[in-house]
Amino acid sequence: MSERLQELGEHLSHHLDSAIREWSVDFGELNVSIYSDRVEEVIKFLRDDRGCRFTTLIDICGVDYPARNERFDVVYHLLSMNLNHRIRIRTSTDEEKPVASISDIFPVANWFEREAFDMYGIVFSSHPDLRRILTDYGFTGHPLRKDFPLSGYVEVRWDDEEKRVVYEPVELVQEYRDFDFLSPWEGAKYVLPGDEKAKGEGA
Amino acid sequence: MTDLTNPENMEQLDDRKFTINFGPQHPAAHGVLRLVLELDGEIVDRVDPHIGLLHRGTEKLLEHKTYLQGIGYFDRLDYVAPMNQEHAFCMAVEKLAGIPVPVRGEYIRVLYCEIGRILSHILNVTTQALDVGALTPPVWGFEEREKLMVFYERASGSRMHAHYFRPGGVHQDLPPKLIEDIGEWCEQFPAKLKDIDNLLTENRIFKQRNVDIGVVSKEEALEWGFSGVMVRGSGMAWDLRRAQPYSVYDELDFNIPVGKNGDCWDRYLIRIEEMLESVKIMKQCVEWLSRAENAGEVLPTNSKFAPPRRAEMKQSMEALIHHFKLYTEGVHVPAGEAYVAVEAPKGEFGVYLVADGTNKPYRVKIRAPGFAHLAAMDHINRGHQLADVSAILGSLDIVFGEIDR
Repeated sequence: MSERLQELGEHLSHHLDSAIREWSVDFGELNVSIYSDRVEEVIKFLRDDRGCRFTTLIDICGVDYPARNERFDVVYHLLSMNLNHRIRIRTSTDEEKPVASISDIFPVANWFEREAFDMYGIVFSSHPDLRRILTDYGFTGHPLRKDFPLSGYVEVRWDDEEKRVVYEPVELVQEYRDFDFLSPWEGAKYVLPGDEKAKGEGA
Repeated sequence: MTDLTNPENMEQLDDRKFTINFGPQHPAAHGVLRLVLELDGEIVDRVDPHIGLLHRGTEKLLEHKTYLQGIGYFDRLDYVAPMNQEHAFCMAVEKLAGIPVPVRGEYIRVLYCEIGRILSHILNVTTQALDVGALTPPVWGFEEREKLMVFYERASGSRMHAHYFRPGGVHQDLPPKLIEDIGEWCEQFPAKLKDIDNLLTENRIFKQRNVDIGVVSKEEALEWGFSGVMVRGSGMAWDLRRAQPYSVYDELDFNIPVGKNGDCWDRYLIRIEEMLESVKIMKQCVEWLSRAENAGEVLPTNSKFAPPRRAEMKQSMEALIHHFKLYTEGVHVPAGEAYVAVEAPKGEFGVYLVADGTNKPYRVKIRAPGFAHLAAMDHINRGHQLADVSAILGSLDIVFGEIDR
């Protein structure tokens, strides 16, 4: 399987050389990283090329890396039922820079892109109908961004006097608990009480 | 009398157009779906599904839970076939962390995934019949579902939200009596299914409502990202259990039913056939599991991914520490990313897992088959009658837990 993907990767880098940033085969999956202004062209090639025939768009999703310059990854998963292989295409963008919509190539992308827009605020250019999809009517913010708190900003309740549902800022009756069980010896990033002494004057 | 064919009287023509709200509280909406239907008389002009009413932020929650805690959220996606979803997540973790799965664990997983498939298909076939006016099938079908949920309960302690699969296998082995009972159930189920089949398959009303309704061609199925029954209904023999075999599906003998016309009727027939195939798989699993030489572990013991045995914890300090660390800190999954898909009853259910080496996932994207199917709702429904909307919606096999996540 991996050899076949290796061949496919070479085939792609031969034909789409200028669009591809890098590619690799990890965990038996082909990852191709491309430049964000070439998305349409690459996806079209993948669908139509005889050696690829990725005719099913499985998924489009965002991933957030707030520390990066271009903080979002937009990840496309494609499947070829004819040749029975999969591919992952990745490109990156930030809050403002739009990525070309591929809803002309795969109509199902319409909803996947709406979801990525809703969850991360990734903008897709020339999308026919870029509305929110999963969140409430009138929602603000993009909930899957890493800087969006798990508890959110607003909560709803039924107001019996106004006879409607009202939005209020979240009020937690007890302190928000986010258990961090990460072992302090393996990768935890917080300062342990007493650590400051190790670097203080006394040390 | 105004002449409506004269273009000058177009305004009157437009009077026939109106918009109605279907749902969110509608018995045929299969959950909380709001459809904004633009109608031209009885003909559907445009469908705008408003989803998200059951959005619980599963993907966000998963980023804040350890891998073991995360499994439980997968039961709550497609809540009529819970273990199939768990399977996908566990396989994604196994792929990144390189956890081996004992064969017995695999067989139990397959057995329960097929139970899940029957659970889901019974629900879908019978409630779709309800949507088009047949009242009896759900009552008969739910009796069988009830028995299957008891099997869920006997294995995991819970009828629906099982939390039974683990990275590396399943939580506990099945008691021999349970395997025997599942075997007995498999013997009697085809006759019960035959009853439902007799009620529906040649029923004139049922056929009138389903044949040639919601036709999906091969090309449409591809460009709309369909999977599962939706592509098989359109004549493509595509099943991940066969095409990209996972678990022990390559050792089992079963057929893939394929439709011809891609209409609601073909999809119904495929679901009925698939239930019989699932029974076939279950029988093979039961037979394999009940053989004495196949007894063994269901989770790799002596690994950091499985809890130590209770008896061992009484004696060994190491085991006690391991138990504590496993259930508080959880396992660390090496950095990397994987996409793993399983053939869930509704289609390709995929988990795209991005791990960063800590005890929590960095990002989990859940690829729900129903999401893509519902996205095509507008496309399939155009030009159909208003009454067909619920028949088509039923045959898409929509469950909101997985679509809204």
